[in-house]
Amino acid sequence: MGDHHHGPAKGLSRWLFTTNHKDIGTMYLWFSFAMFIMGGAFAMVIRAELFQPGMQLVDPAFFNQMTTLHGLVMVFGAIMPSFVGLANWMIPMMIGAPDMALPRMNNWSFWILPPAFLLLASSLFMEGGAPAFGWTFYAPLSTTYAPPSVTYFIFSVHVLGLSSIMGSINIIATVMNMRAPGMTYMKMPLFVWTWLITAFLLVAVMPVLAGAVTMMLMDIHFGTSFFSAAGGGDPVLFQHIFWFFGHPEVYIIILPAFGVVSQIIPAFSRKPLFGYDSMVYATASIAFLSFIVWAHHMYTVGMPIAGELFFMYATMLIAVPTGVKVFNWITTMWRGAMTFETPMLFCIGFLVLFTIGGFTGLMLSIAPADFQYHDSYFVVAHFHYVMVAGAVFSMTAAVYYWLPKWCGRMYNETMGKTHFWISFIGFNVTFFPQHFVGLAGMPRRIPDYALQFADFNMMSSIGAFIYGASQILFLYNVIATIVAGKPVSDEKVWDGAEGLEWTVATPAPYHTFETPPTLDAKPAHA
Amino acid sequence: MCFEAKRLAKLALGPVLMLLSMVSAGVMAAGEKVNEVNMAPGVTAVGQNIFDLHMTIFWICVIIGLLVFGVMFYSIIYHRKSRGVTPATFHESTKVEIAWTVVPFLILIGMAVPATSTLLEIYDVEDAEMDILITGYQWKWKYEYLSDDGENVSFFSNLRTPQSEIYNSEDKGQHYLLEVDEPLVIPVDTKVRFLVTANDVIHAWWVPELAVKRDAIPGFINETWTLAEEEGIYRGQCAELCGKDHGFMPVVVNVVSQGEYDEWLSGKKAEAAEIKELMAQTFTMDELMERGKAVYDRNCLACHGANGEGGVGTAIAASAIATGDLAGHLDVGINGVAGTAMQAFGGQINDVEMAAVITYQRNAFGNNMGDMVQPIDVFNHKKG
Ligand code: HEC
Ligand code: HEM
Ligand SMILES: [Cu+2]
Ligand SMILES: [Cu+2]
Repeated sequence: MGDHHHGPAKGLSRWLFTTNHKDIGTMYLWFSFAMFIMGGAFAMVIRAELFQPGMQLVDPAFFNQMTTLHGLVMVFGAIMPSFVGLANWMIPMMIGAPDMALPRMNNWSFWILPPAFLLLASSLFMEGGAPAFGWTFYAPLSTTYAPPSVTYFIFSVHVLGLSSIMGSINIIATVMNMRAPGMTYMKMPLFVWTWLITAFLLVAVMPVLAGAVTMMLMDIHFGTSFFSAAGGGDPVLFQHIFWFFGHPEVYIIILPAFGVVSQIIPAFSRKPLFGYDSMVYATASIAFLSFIVWAHHMYTVGMPIAGELFFMYATMLIAVPTGVKVFNWITTMWRGAMTFETPMLFCIGFLVLFTIGGFTGLMLSIAPADFQYHDSYFVVAHFHYVMVAGAVFSMTAAVYYWLPKWCGRMYNETMGKTHFWISFIGFNVTFFPQHFVGLAGMPRRIPDYALQFADFNMMSSIGAFIYGASQILFLYNVIATIVAGKPVSDEKVWDGAEGLEWTVATPAPYHTFETPPTLDAKPAHA
Repeated sequence: MCFEAKRLAKLALGPVLMLLSMVSAGVMAAGEKVNEVNMAPGVTAVGQNIFDLHMTIFWICVIIGLLVFGVMFYSIIYHRKSRGVTPATFHESTKVEIAWTVVPFLILIGMAVPATSTLLEIYDVEDAEMDILITGYQWKWKYEYLSDDGENVSFFSNLRTPQSEIYNSEDKGQHYLLEVDEPLVIPVDTKVRFLVTANDVIHAWWVPELAVKRDAIPGFINETWTLAEEEGIYRGQCAELCGKDHGFMPVVVNVVSQGEYDEWLSGKKAEAAEIKELMAQTFTMDELMERGKAVYDRNCLACHGANGEGGVGTAIAASAIATGDLAGHLDVGINGVAGTAMQAFGGQINDVEMAAVITYQRNAFGNNMGDMVQPIDVFNHKKG
């Protein structure tokens, strides 16, 4: 409002030196989209090779590099940074803060990311090729038997871990210290809650990942034998450390997505979120449980029976709070007055498909049955239902939902809905058949397969090309909106939307809430 | 033609058909035919139990799913703004929330009980009638029948599918990628204990129809077991990413009658005795080259290339070692190169094979050393 407020600097330096949460959020979002496209391109190579039995396009060694980079780029480059970007944009606006608590660190945590991924991608051109040991990089395949580029991989994991830790510290500091007066914890929007919990998870487990890769580095270059049986070490130790990070990691990916869905479903149901308190408690219990279930990824390594049983029971337990969340969302819709704009469609898509992924998760948690499922395409289907239809769908919903607030222009609704339906169909055609080939005995991470898997693999590949192509529509729609979308100026873009972010002007000014807002008596989430 | 048409229909009908076929497959529980959509109950009691667990939890999920999605779609249809409804304002109900926490919990306990008993069964390796040591190598399996008299029978099991099928210059056979040169042979109705380990990286030995999957980890020996109740040939694959040819190291298990098994075993023992005799023989260049090519194609080609051009391994054509000092070449063959993918083949192939393959490498791919290695040279080199 006041004229003394400066706007953004001009030119490149605006982006390079910015400490503005909105600028940084924007950069995170674009960066993650670029990574999504890159990881997607790798996936297209994988699906093209798997279109038919026989080796056609790439050799097995390169195929392994593709699966590895696809996983790493999607998890660490696309999904995680996209939610950090969303957090940057939305958390200050949702809690009535002028910016993030540590703006300079915020700049750093973004700007170290692109070089880290550049380094990782450049390993494709190195002698011996890129890492080819899977995104789970089990030793000793990733140590004694790794290509030389593994050292660059380790460095890049360190850097992105650093970025995540800085990002999380910032989020924790912001949420704990910068809430507007009257915004108590139990009045915070659920997106803020889920991110707060996620940030704690990140701070807890990223150092564990850093430890794992450091031990690899020592084994490779400094003669230690942490993971080498020949030197008295233990390859299984690697898996315990990795999954102690890895399982919480999957919740790091999904909790912010839960938050997004908990914002959007009430908005388009025109009804307050059902069971706010239980949502918070469910999120916290999922976060807690996520630390004591890691070895469900290791049922076949030969753990003692007591360990096996413990991890099975604990994993089965996770289904309870997860179920609570799904029931709450559906009850929020119950007797609402719903409309089905694109963000809502993506949330409903999320709800249906994530639930299916939860069901297969429950099946996988049954240890004896996992002896058959493990490392088959059934697992691949499971985690794509939770990560793509879960995290990516909810991220897409978030973009459609808040884009008008960000740029003051409305996206093209028909194109948005088309994007949804093509994505939804493409996704299912890709991943549903993978349940079948997995159950029928097709292992994951293979470049070629037996003839009985041919039909479903072809179907999967066709679906993947459809899903991939639909993202171009998404990109086009977003750019068209920013450049020439129909202007909107209502503060509340959606009539059912609630929360402080809808009280600032549209498009959101460069600086918001320089003086804290006053909250009315009503809780923010209601 | 007909095949293509069926295939097109399948591709076109999509998910509906898939769900139906999964359900029907579950009900029919698979006969001889390869099951394309569901888990195989297989030919063991454990496999049947796992299959039953799988189907039970599947149906529980289907029922919960129908309820949950039913409520959701009812709501989507009837509670929409376009019908002119006014939204309700309720936002909590302790009773309902307790119910949907407790009920799933009880269902889970119901599931945990049979899961626990099946798991205990899988872990019960007692009372096995015979032991087989399974070792994973990049990229093949080694089977060793452990016997009390120390006369162990052991052999490697390699992929048999030719490169020409993999690279599409020939039609693919029925068991494409699921066929080996020498399958594991075990007797029917006998509890067999498997000791599973690995030589290099982690592999996993998986045969769906025997309901066995166990990680093969270097430095560890895992135990598992099976008791096949039906004779037949059962096919599986390595299940843990183990490098370049992870997709090309199948497992084939031939379950036969006790009589056939005994016959097979004595045949293997006779073979071993024969090789012992061969060890003492001196071969001609032609004999060595012929044997050497076979050994090379089976054991070395994957890394060193069909024409010795290299790949994962260094080139053999014009290589300094293969065209250099013979002792040095033998040393690499027998002891490998520590810290690289070049394994110590001394324990993997016998002295006749080693002599042949080293001779072959020195005289093929344009290498022209003209010298020969005899089994006795290998033997002496090993002795040091
Ligand atoms: C799993 C892959 C792999 C297989 C299978 C393999 N090698 Fe190698 N081999 C290598 C690698 C890697 C090197 C290079 C080692 C180094 O860095 O010095 C190598 C090097 C060699 C060399 C030295 C060549 C030179 O000039 O550097 C010889 C000789 C050799 N292998 C023989 C064999 C024989 C004989 C077989 C089959 C019985 C075989 N290799 C199978 C991976 C393999
Ligand atoms: C109901 C909740 C869930 C349960 C009970 C569950 C259970 C499991 C189990 C047991 C496995 C191991 C399967 C195997 O390798 O044999 C697994 C794999 C996996 N899950 Fe879940 N899961 C759940 C939800 C999620 C969510 C929310 C995500 C992420 C958004 C996720 C991501 C993954 C991934 C990435 C893997 C595979 C990792 C790999 O081996 O590459 N899961 N899950
Ligand atoms: Cu997990
Ligand atoms: Cu393997």
